[in-house]
Amino acid sequence: MIGTEGSGAVGAPMERIEGRAKVTGTAPYAYEHDFPDPLHVHPVLSTVPRGRVRSVDVSAAQGLTGVRATLTAPDVAGTVGAEDREFAVLQDGEVFFRGQIVAAVVADTPEIARQAATLVRVDYEVDDHEVELPPARRELYRPEEVNTGAEADTARGDADAVLADSTVRIDRTYRTPREYNNPMEPHCSIAVWETDPERLVLYDSTQGVHVVRRTLAEVLGLDAERIRVISPHVGGGFGSKGSPHAHNVLVVLAARALPGRAVKLALTRRQMFSLVGYRPNTIQRIRIGAEEDGRIGALVHDVVETSSLAKEYAEQSGVCSRMMYTARARRTTHRLAALDVPIPFWMRAPGEAPGMFALETAMDELAYACGLDPIELRLRNEPGRDPESGLPWSGRHLARCLRQGAERFGWDTRPELPRGHRDGDWWVGTGVASAVYPRLTLPGSEAEIVLERDGSHTVSIGAADIGTGTWTALTQIAADALGCGPDRVRLRIGDSRLPTASVAGGSSGISSWGSAVVAAARAFRDAHGDRPAPGARSRAETPENPEREEYAMYSFGSQFAEVRVNADTGEVRVPRILGVFSAGRIINPRTARSQLTGGMVMGLSMALHEEGVVDPRFGHVVNGDLAGYHVAANADVGRVEAEWLDEVDPHVNALGAAGVGEIGIVGTAAAIANAAFHATGVRVRDLPLTPDRFLG
Amino acid sequence: MDSTITLTVDGERRELTVDTRTTLLDALRDRLGVYAPKKGCDHGQCGSCTVLMEDRRVLACLSLAVAHDGARVTTAAGLGDGDELHPVAGAFLDEDAFQCGYCTPGQICSAVGMLSEVASGWLSHVTEDPEGPVEATDAEIRERMSGNLCRCGAYPHIVAAIRRAAP
Ligand code: FES
Ligand code: FES
Repeated sequence: MIGTEGSGAVGAPMERIEGRAKVTGTAPYAYEHDFPDPLHVHPVLSTVPRGRVRSVDVSAAQGLTGVRATLTAPDVAGTVGAEDREFAVLQDGEVFFRGQIVAAVVADTPEIARQAATLVRVDYEVDDHEVELPPARRELYRPEEVNTGAEADTARGDADAVLADSTVRIDRTYRTPREYNNPMEPHCSIAVWETDPERLVLYDSTQGVHVVRRTLAEVLGLDAERIRVISPHVGGGFGSKGSPHAHNVLVVLAARALPGRAVKLALTRRQMFSLVGYRPNTIQRIRIGAEEDGRIGALVHDVVETSSLAKEYAEQSGVCSRMMYTARARRTTHRLAALDVPIPFWMRAPGEAPGMFALETAMDELAYACGLDPIELRLRNEPGRDPESGLPWSGRHLARCLRQGAERFGWDTRPELPRGHRDGDWWVGTGVASAVYPRLTLPGSEAEIVLERDGSHTVSIGAADIGTGTWTALTQIAADALGCGPDRVRLRIGDSRLPTASVAGGSSGISSWGSAVVAAARAFRDAHGDRPAPGARSRAETPENPEREEYAMYSFGSQFAEVRVNADTGEVRVPRILGVFSAGRIINPRTARSQLTGGMVMGLSMALHEEGVVDPRFGHVVNGDLAGYHVAANADVGRVEAEWLDEVDPHVNALGAAGVGEIGIVGTAAAIANAAFHATGVRVRDLPLTPDRFLG
Repeated sequence: MDSTITLTVDGERRELTVDTRTTLLDALRDRLGVYAPKKGCDHGQCGSCTVLMEDRRVLACLSLAVAHDGARVTTAAGLGDGDELHPVAGAFLDEDAFQCGYCTPGQICSAVGMLSEVASGWLSHVTEDPEGPVEATDAEIRERMSGNLCRCGAYPHIVAAIRRAAP
């Protein structure tokens, strides 16, 4: 296994390679690549949630000096594939949601493009619309599968019968709102279209240059070899940049209309609320039947959630209940409402984040119902094998995470009953929740290693660093695998000309790309021996792992929160959160700590602040900017600590490591809601925990 | 309508023509190719575009370029002394006070401005004793840095970095 023989780079808290460039603001993000006299495209978005565009009047826009082109459906229909409604930009007049692209203007400056866009007049034929969950007039349906390809429904044993026979029963409904990724860097692209031969270069803010290339090749009917996507630095994504979206097609259409010119597109913060995905709102009913000693007999998790009529997205909110705890009878279901709303998509820990809020709050309710400590309740329901697959765990260390966390947090000093501690105007409480995230490895990545004349190694793979520390971690992995110092490795990522890489999603990057780098290093040593000549070169793919069939592979964690709720105003403060995680070997403790605490901060934000409020009359998000959609600011956050177990997963990959981008957000909101209950005796089952919930 | 103005950006005098509607942020980014100040919202809601003007922190997206003809603007790229990082930038690097790095130039400019506000005795919402000297405590840092959003959630490390860099 790597890390035992090499240079000792893996496991060292190496400073970020691109850190200096980032603290001086000189690392170029997508929009920041210079071109002489670039053009700017500004989209016009639909103002009705459902209907058809009857006509578009661009005459006033075209009359403005500096406008180079206007784009409407009659201009470009038929030029891109229309099967996927998200990418069928301006291919017909159909309007599926408010905020859909219905026209665009290209101009010499961003100011002119924006002004011209306001002059475009769009006339609609308006249909009835439905945007709320549960829908009043639309049937729910079962998707073929949920995100990640898991089954929509599962059942084992007669859950209803076991529930009916159980001494203690919990039957509660939890709601999570629409949440928006809001990476600080808005989605931006620069497109240059060359003719003769046709070629597209796209600078994009993306979690996967090859995903963008593949998708655009399909949509444009262009050979992938003719498309180059470049993305060296990405200002966050948290899932929303895990696929191209409609604006990518738009910027290409604009560039194609003006070949040879660079066309820049920067979505505004408001436009992002309808164009780049969001976490769909969910209604989750959880039923648990247990004995008085807390042992669970039946667990039922029924999910109803929003999808879009334009394109299905099925958040896998219920999958966590298939494997977290023992139960001899179990049922999980997912039902979707296809609404006239923007298309939901991945947001940090899709599925686990909302699902574990519901399950872990329900577990807290069960603990009180049984008169048990919430940690003890979880320990009593630890499954020896994965309840879903029947496979042994590659390493299930939840119990250790809970125990170590309890000790560090000072769990045993808490009053047993809720509303037991008041400090001046504040009710004080503590809460706990479990966290889980699958240890995924995606197929299809490839790495190449070349020995340079100066003795350094160039390591190439089209991976992405969205703040995750990829630049640094892959350099460390390559150094150890090659047996050289990290200063002898020159990593190249973020360009579709480099060997193919899977998307930075599902916390799979370090495993998928890291394994490819290790395999390439092995191939390099095998092919070129101990004394390779300059120019020596080897490539290898992420190897298949037969142990995937033999073990259930998950990361686990415990989340602890201290919460203070103001007795008069209901204000909720979180002075302290602690997470203890089991995530295999940690490649770089410095960047891993940042990812884990960063995920916990986003979980705190999910708990206290985040909610996209939809106006049912017009179908838009009322609070669609960073003033109205509050994400945690510095003063909202207190002490945040993350620790991890000293652990190597011998089955997961050659590194023994799993990614940590997502598990930090899982369970945080439940720990905070459970702590708020412990503080006040008020159980909040609908996120976020706004002050009004604790008053009256 | 266009106007020609001069700005001194990170020590360099630049002449440029702007639309009277052009914000200082767009003047820097789109006209001068100075990309250290970032655009996160364009509405004064996120702090990514924070620059320093005469040691005061300013949201470049809320300032019209024409209103600042002749101004001296310092961005995160111009804070250091040659190759030497500014102490606040160095502390951000040491504490890993960022992830994606997009909010970071704004955070750093904001921190530099904020520390000088503290040194000048400016009060904040959390200042306990309005009469006494103001200090860069964690509570003061959190409060005064709350105009700079970080979606990567680097706040605990940002506070540690600023504490470390505070005089
Ligand atoms: S870009 Fe200026 S405050 Fe957000
Ligand atoms: S470092 Fe990514 S937003 Fe702050």
